[in-house]
Amino acid sequence: MKKLILAAAAAVLLGGVAYADVIKIGVVGPFSGPFAIQGKNFKAGIDAYIATHGNKIGNDTIEVLYRDVPQADPAQSKALAQELVVKEGVQYLAGFYFTPDAMAVTPLLQQANVPLVVMNAATSAIVTKSPYVVRTSFTTWQTSAPMAKIARERGIEKAITVVSDYGPGVDAENAFKTTFEKEGGKVVESIRMPLSTNDFSPVMQRVRNSGAQAVFAFLPSGPTTLGFVKAYNENGLKEAGVQFLAPGDLTQESDLPALGDAALGILTTFHYAIAHDSPENRAFVEAARKAIGNPAELSFPSVGAYDGMHVIYKMIEATGGKQDAKKAVDAVKGLAWESPRGPVSIDPETRHITQNIYLREVAKGSDGAYYNKEIKTFEKQPDPGLAAAK
Amino acid sequence: MQVFFSIGVDALAYGMVLFIISIGLSVTMGLMRVVNLAHGAFAMIGGYIASYAARDLGLGYGFAIILAVIGTIVIAIPLERFLYRRIYGAPELTQVLMTIGITFCVIGLANYVFGPTLKTIPLPADLQGPVNLGFRTIAAHKLFAIACGVAVALGLWFLIERTSFGVKLRASVDNTAMAASLGVRTRIVYAASFALAVGLAAFGGVIGAELLPVEPYYALRYMVTFLVVVSVGGAGSIPGALIACLLLGAIDTTGRYLVPEYGEFFFYLAVIAIVWVFPRGLLGRAK
Repeated sequence: MKKLILAAAAAVLLGGVAYADVIKIGVVGPFSGPFAIQGKNFKAGIDAYIATHGNKIGNDTIEVLYRDVPQADPAQSKALAQELVVKEGVQYLAGFYFTPDAMAVTPLLQQANVPLVVMNAATSAIVTKSPYVVRTSFTTWQTSAPMAKIARERGIEKAITVVSDYGPGVDAENAFKTTFEKEGGKVVESIRMPLSTNDFSPVMQRVRNSGAQAVFAFLPSGPTTLGFVKAYNENGLKEAGVQFLAPGDLTQESDLPALGDAALGILTTFHYAIAHDSPENRAFVEAARKAIGNPAELSFPSVGAYDGMHVIYKMIEATGGKQDAKKAVDAVKGLAWESPRGPVSIDPETRHITQNIYLREVAKGSDGAYYNKEIKTFEKQPDPGLAAAK
Repeated sequence: MQVFFSIGVDALAYGMVLFIISIGLSVTMGLMRVVNLAHGAFAMIGGYIASYAARDLGLGYGFAIILAVIGTIVIAIPLERFLYRRIYGAPELTQVLMTIGITFCVIGLANYVFGPTLKTIPLPADLQGPVNLGFRTIAAHKLFAIACGVAVALGLWFLIERTSFGVKLRASVDNTAMAASLGVRTRIVYAASFALAVGLAAFGGVIGAELLPVEPYYALRYMVTFLVVVSVGGAGSIPGALIACLLLGAIDTTGRYLVPEYGEFFFYLAVIAIVWVFPRGLLGRAK
């Protein structure tokens, strides 16, 4: 009799599990340390998506687990991803702010039967490392190449590139140089600065002496950007009419209050501005600001995370909550939707996001706050970086 | 020739900023014999206070500097009384562990209270914008930093070499027991020099904020540079620190100007060469 009751109880329990699963998503990102603000933005984007779309798909409940990798650390990132897959049983991996972290996880995906949705890491090659990688952020090539076209349109013949000497900086340099020279311009000099550079005055003197009409720059967002933009103004380059061009990482919204007037007039190209004018974006910004707490901290990784969640929700719908990485990834190939940043789609070939890239100018609003004002749209841009690598 | 002057001005400005921030560390490490890895944290606290005073309270730049120096010292006094006093004369490892711990606490608190974003200290109109030197333009605040550096160097040299406080400080450091038996109140001397070092850190944090912006990781990000300056100059030597800053500033700036692709190669090459020839730093005192 006792056995029967136990068996019945077990059957009820097991049955219950079969009807309503908990589907776990493991998110790896920098949630503490110098890049904590970017991890906060991941979380804000994810929370905003769950707040507006609910945490249930059918009968299944979505649970998000966060793991912290404070700085680029491939070994740690891989260990945490393994722990998430093996111990926690996550069906999806997501997040990843740094390229090396995402790269380190790609060899696990096939055997683990888990898709990876990259919410930031911006080196083109990540998607080629495993067929289970989908990216919803951008690549440095994607955001930098249109800038070269703008420069040519504005009659700039000679430009100089100044980048921080690390992967994304070199990517940005190559993207700008290749496109600019294809369009008939000339890059007179390419300067690579060590990441730890604090005093940019000597660099600005070189820019000035080079006789270039424009400087294309890329630095990691954060403290160095501030020094760089100030040095640009203080060494008289702005007055001399040397145009400042950069991808939007340099003028991310959370840095703008510190940059202040020094940033006015800087031209950037990027996939997302918080000031983007659309009903989808207004709803997103409201939800994400609520999620992040301090509205001044909201920045671009949040939208990569928000759209990443959209892709994962679609994958879960397509697989009915069963773990099947191939089916999940196939289901979102070619998926198109209206993101807060504008119309986007997942390229079926590369599994990278095709999106509009906007030309923006840093402007001061009527309320005294600085924002990225969108002034031109390049529609449906694929990632030119993969083609260039071939 | 123009290039030469151009590099010279940049090198002088960068060197002076380094000097103002690092000299406090030279005082704690050389004169008080405390390896104070929390030095950057005190500079950062000064920066935060100045930023808060100037941006949120709307005080003038001068007031912000004074408030930053006093505020940082007020914060540091209980730390000295309850933590640092225990590690005077302790082995270096104990000092390193405790002060790096303080640094991590300060980083966490700064992140919690002020958030991870950059904080700026608005400059008065006179210090904003470029000044034309004839052959090139330079930021006005850099000229101000050079002037501050000269003032700090002269003031400190006078205080330590020419006043009775300086005599007592040097006596307490060289032989605490003997100084105490001669009637020097060594505890007060130590507390006062600690306050001086912390005040200099805060001052440097504010003056240098244009080059080294204030954010929670400031406390660790620039610590290596400060330590390099002290070890090259010789701990405790004010002329030594000044020479080290100007020399390293010149090497770093020239390298960045002429061959930026080599990164910091020349900077560290020079550091290795100097420390190899002068193991105690350029003007370090023998123990």
